[in-house]
Amino acid sequence: MPGVYSIESRSLTRTFKSKGEVVEALKEVDLSVRQGELFGLLGPNGAGKTTLIKIFTTLLLPTSGYAKVAGHDVAKEVKQIRPIINMVTGGEHSGYGLLTVRENLWMFSQFYGIPGKVAKERIDSLIDRMRITHLADRKIRTLSTGERQRVNIIRAFMTGPKIVFLDEPTLGLDVETSRLIRRYVKEWLEQDGERTVLLTTHYMMEADELCDRIAIINDGEIVALGTPRELKKRIQDETAIGMEISPEIDLGWLDGTKGVMGYSAKEEGGMLSARVVMEDDSAVSDVLSGVTARGGRIISFYKDEPTLEDVFVKLTGRGLE
Amino acid sequence: MNIMLNLRAVRGRAYPRVIGALREPSWMLWEVVLPMLSIAAFIYFYRSLNAPKEFEGFVVLGGVMTTYWLNVLWGMASQFYWEKETGNLQLYLAAPMSKMSILAGMALGGIFGTTVRAVSIIFIGVFVFEISFVISHPFLLVAIFMVTLLAMYGMGMMFASLYLLWGREAWNMNALFQEPIYFITGQNFPVKALGPTVAMAASVIPLTLGLDAMRQLLFPEAAGWGFLDPMLELGILCVSAVIMLVMARQLLAFMERKGRETGKLTMRWQ
Ligand SMILES: Nc1ncnc2c1ncn2[C@@H]1O[C@H](COP(=O)(O)OP(=O)(O)O)[C@@H](O)[C@H]1O
Ligand SMILES: [Mg+2]
Repeated sequence: MPGVYSIESRSLTRTFKSKGEVVEALKEVDLSVRQGELFGLLGPNGAGKTTLIKIFTTLLLPTSGYAKVAGHDVAKEVKQIRPIINMVTGGEHSGYGLLTVRENLWMFSQFYGIPGKVAKERIDSLIDRMRITHLADRKIRTLSTGERQRVNIIRAFMTGPKIVFLDEPTLGLDVETSRLIRRYVKEWLEQDGERTVLLTTHYMMEADELCDRIAIINDGEIVALGTPRELKKRIQDETAIGMEISPEIDLGWLDGTKGVMGYSAKEEGGMLSARVVMEDDSAVSDVLSGVTARGGRIISFYKDEPTLEDVFVKLTGRGLE
Repeated sequence: MNIMLNLRAVRGRAYPRVIGALREPSWMLWEVVLPMLSIAAFIYFYRSLNAPKEFEGFVVLGGVMTTYWLNVLWGMASQFYWEKETGNLQLYLAAPMSKMSILAGMALGGIFGTTVRAVSIIFIGVFVFEISFVISHPFLLVAIFMVTLLAMYGMGMMFASLYLLWGREAWNMNALFQEPIYFITGQNFPVKALGPTVAMAASVIPLTLGLDAMRQLLFPEAAGWGFLDPMLELGILCVSAVIMLVMARQLLAFMERKGRETGKLTMRWQ
């Protein structure tokens, strides 16, 4: 449909009441995703990604504002939306353990009214595409997480949706399965210009590699939106460095250091792997001497291309994980 | 409403239960052997009291119908609760079919699986305990059996949504509906023995009247133990089946709407 966004929201707000407290999971979110786009929502845990996906997939109502899928309002027109969408969630355990892969998929195909023969053909071809032909007659309760997620991908794509929602689809998966899923999603979009994918992730590499455009979301708010290149351009004038520190030390003092805009740090093999974003080069020496002064030994230090995570750090002062 | 879509959805949801009944022989132990032990205990108890022979028949019939009731409780009423935990429920809700098709599929699949069990119990009753019965009004008997199932599974459909609204209380509900129900519905003895007030109250559960009516038809020599006339019981069961199904539909819509509003009912909080 020309002139209509595949996925759209205006001033979309969603609050939850939980133990007397009100949580604002989404605050005035404006989003416009075009047909043919692979659109990414990048943000840390608790940012509101799943809430947004649930609203678009008709599972949750907006508190205020509106959300539309293929031009239909999610609050009032579920009948038009449900047949043309599907979704996959990371770590999903759907289906029945005692059924085989093929039987589970056949069952789910029936909820979309797909005639038996058509369903069988689609299932066979996708099982082949996801490289699980050898598992087709195994009960799903015997599958590994990665194998199960391949089945979930088939479950969503076999129904012939126009718009697919993927909520952290590669969460906790092995490298090979993640790569297979990403490649398939890209390929699926390229086959037909009328298809659209909205994907959430907190892996910045995934967003960078895969998405045409990305919205960075933090605390229920979209803090930046653009192509991966555009986003990375936003920290051209800043300096981002990476370093590995041993033993692990607390980096809290960086928050008060002059010229430091933010940092992210995670433990990796007994070492601390940190990225620091600074206004310019002049703060670098203060940061390095600060680490040493606190008993940290700098194992490696590098200054390379800015990443999406650096953009996030600049905008929010903290890392994605 | 898209009829083909919904028929396919019913078949799809019934499928895992049909497969389950045929594929996993472990149910034999839990759902035939164990109930048989309690049936056997009652039969020997009645024998030791020199109770009339038809009381032993009551026990087998009660055992058969209770198998269905247990399936209603554990396979229908608490089912959405499980489906929510696995993430199936949200996939069902986001799919285009009517959600009643899911409940209907669950019920049909459950009835199939339970019938396999029930038939085994009848066989053991007839061949091991030499229970004999007469089928004097086959049509009425079948009608009462069918309508009892319809009302019982309708009740299960209703509970499926209610249990989601009640959350953890649901388990207490199931416990309440399981043990005392054995007693008040008169699984092993005529409900009339409890007096008219209790019998009337117990009749809210379709199992009670269904059992009472079938008992009168299968063991005519014990007709004096009947609570109400079987035709009247059939009428009441018909009305309650309709009420249960209408309520199930309303509650399902209510549950879905509440779920979309609160975000807590229909999805595991990830
Ligand atoms: N059903 C719910 N009840 C109460 N709070 C919720 C519920 N769902 C999500 N939240 C809260 O909303 C915020 C956003 O959560 P979520 O959308 O799951 O984030 P993400 O998917 O980005 O990790 C979090 O603070 C979370 O605790
Ligand atoms: Mg999430």
